[in-house]
Amino acid sequence: MKVKPVNHAKAAEAFIEDTAHMDFHDERLWDLRQKRDDQMHILPEWQELRARASAIKEHTLANLPEYLEQFEANAKKNGIHVHWAADGAEHNRIVGEILEKHGAKSLIKSKSMVTEECCMREYLEPRGVVVTETDLGERIQQLDNQMPSHIVVPAVHKLIPDVAKIFAEHYHTDPNDNSAQSLAWQQRLAARPVILSADAGMTGGNFVVAETGSFVVCTNEGNADLSATVPGLHIATIGIERLVPRMADMGVFIRMLSRSALGSPITQYTTHFRGPQKGSEMHVVLVDNGRSHRLGMEEFWTSLKCIRCGACMNTCPVYRRSGGLSYGAVYSGPIGAIIDPTFNERKYSTLPFASTMNGSCTNVCPVKINIHEQLYKWRRVLAEHHELPFVKREVMYMAGKLMGQPSLYRAAINGTEVALSTMPRFVLYNWLNPWGKHRELPHPVKQTFHGWYKQNRLKTKKKEGEGA
Amino acid sequence: MQRAEEARSLPGVRMKIGLFIPCYIDAFYPNAGIATLELLEKLGQDVEYPMNQTCCGQPMANSGCNKDAAPAEALFVKNFAKYDVIVMPSGSCTHHVRDNFDAIEQTDEVRHVRENTFELVEFLHDVLKVEDFPWAEFPHKVGLHNSCGTLRALRTASMSELGEPFFSKPMDLLNKVKGISFATPKRPDECCGFGGTFSVTEEAVSAKMGTDKVRDHHQAGAEYIVSADTSCMMHQQGCAERAGVPIRFIHIAEILNGARE
Repeated sequence: MKVKPVNHAKAAEAFIEDTAHMDFHDERLWDLRQKRDDQMHILPEWQELRARASAIKEHTLANLPEYLEQFEANAKKNGIHVHWAADGAEHNRIVGEILEKHGAKSLIKSKSMVTEECCMREYLEPRGVVVTETDLGERIQQLDNQMPSHIVVPAVHKLIPDVAKIFAEHYHTDPNDNSAQSLAWQQRLAARPVILSADAGMTGGNFVVAETGSFVVCTNEGNADLSATVPGLHIATIGIERLVPRMADMGVFIRMLSRSALGSPITQYTTHFRGPQKGSEMHVVLVDNGRSHRLGMEEFWTSLKCIRCGACMNTCPVYRRSGGLSYGAVYSGPIGAIIDPTFNERKYSTLPFASTMNGSCTNVCPVKINIHEQLYKWRRVLAEHHELPFVKREVMYMAGKLMGQPSLYRAAINGTEVALSTMPRFVLYNWLNPWGKHRELPHPVKQTFHGWYKQNRLKTKKKEGEGA
Repeated sequence: MQRAEEARSLPGVRMKIGLFIPCYIDAFYPNAGIATLELLEKLGQDVEYPMNQTCCGQPMANSGCNKDAAPAEALFVKNFAKYDVIVMPSGSCTHHVRDNFDAIEQTDEVRHVRENTFELVEFLHDVLKVEDFPWAEFPHKVGLHNSCGTLRALRTASMSELGEPFFSKPMDLLNKVKGISFATPKRPDECCGFGGTFSVTEEAVSAKMGTDKVRDHHQAGAEYIVSADTSCMMHQQGCAERAGVPIRFIHIAEILNGARE
């Protein structure tokens, strides 16, 4: 079955037309970027931290099998059940079986991008498990039946009235409630009973420590701690790339994560899970789902260093003006544009082109992923794999030929008519038409530089070598 | 290659400069090209514009169609291999030649061209080390736009994301111009949204970014946006005119060459 590529440009255009939402989105995320800058300026060792974080991750990824086995052995010693999932389907099956074994019918969970990747809710709900997101933003997105639009602030594209409307529909609250505090309180009232009566809890994991067999979860709402500790059955779903070798490495990553993400020195809650509480069970599901494949990609494996801080999204001028949902993928923004094609090249073939390649993403990345260079490399790969739209391919082919022939090129520059005779009309028109939609065309000039030079320099200068 | 290295290290030695004028400057902003040429001549340089030049290959390469960049790259080398240095008033073209120009075989000639290609500002600042522009006077408040190519690829100015000490080669040069003053936009190094083919394939985002950019400069009190990259300005000018933002555009070469209005 042929998949249709995501139409990022069209979705972004719709997002931009809604000025109130777009301006808020842009300002809100730019504010996070500035707060991140403030934190960076406080730490003179910021660039050294980035270099270290990057080196630790590269070392870990280069020795991933050994560290994974070390983690498994130590986690088992701690009384944690460790499971291995090759893909999303296996992950969902494992989680389903654990829940079934415990007769668990309600699952509360904190935010986890991996479960989004695996489409876990879609798997569990038809099997009679009620899944409730406990992160406020994620819960809003769940109620609205949307993917998270940002990996750290999942509902950042929504305004207060949007949330009021959703809560009114599901919680029967006042649809005109315009207070963030009051809406948050409504969520608390709705969530607490669900949390207290849940059969099982699920979290993700920001970091997995090999030497201690433990894992670390960072949140600001404390919802992960409630999800993990209240029900007595804790399942943590974690991507295999989240490993670090030593506990001491956390000193680097904890200092960088929240500073990069939200511009705060640390998350409100940083919890180290080292084993089950008395009388309860703890499971860790280590998920591959394409990661091993990515690790083998010479040009793209370093994207696995990502610690999911979202700094690249906050700084990205394209992301801020198009919204996360426009990427049509679990991972949006710059990091999404280099990860998503590894899941499905055709479907996400448009995403590496949803960038001006300005490079700001690379500069803010706390683990120094060369995001914009990987975007550039993806474009080449996609062109080689014939995943570019026909018109673009044709235009580039013809432009390439034209640029190799000075006389044809000169004729094209000197007169549009000639240009049109060298390129099929429809191609050129379709291709260039959008320029004028929200922009004026450049003004015509009387003489090109080429013409001026010929007249003002070649005539006075003794002609040397080649002349046209 | 040897010769160029030597020449560049000896102050006062005249180099043979090949001038590359990007397609959009040639066709739409010839004044920026003329100013670049006249400025280099005023500074005593021996400059030639090879008449058979077309394009550096960037549009094709940036679209992923690297193979289609080969004819342009081959022609570029044919036109410019004989010069000690190649200078161009464009950051993104320089970035392409220096960092991504690999659609053709990397011969000694190709390496010579790639290693000796300079963007105008870095050439004036780093190679010629120009001390002043006695002919230049520009009594206006300007907003400096560093293209992402000059800023993050060529590194002609400090980048806000890295928290490094402030430096700006274009501003160093402009500060030698009598009467000039600077407006400080809120987001000085945010991309303006041109992005080459991005400007047509992602038209809505591109135009929104450009409009935000010119408004930011206008609100900061800039009468002009000055840049070393005409492609960004072509896009910004289109946005400003459509949105009715009263701001003018001028290439840095024009100011340094003594343009008045």
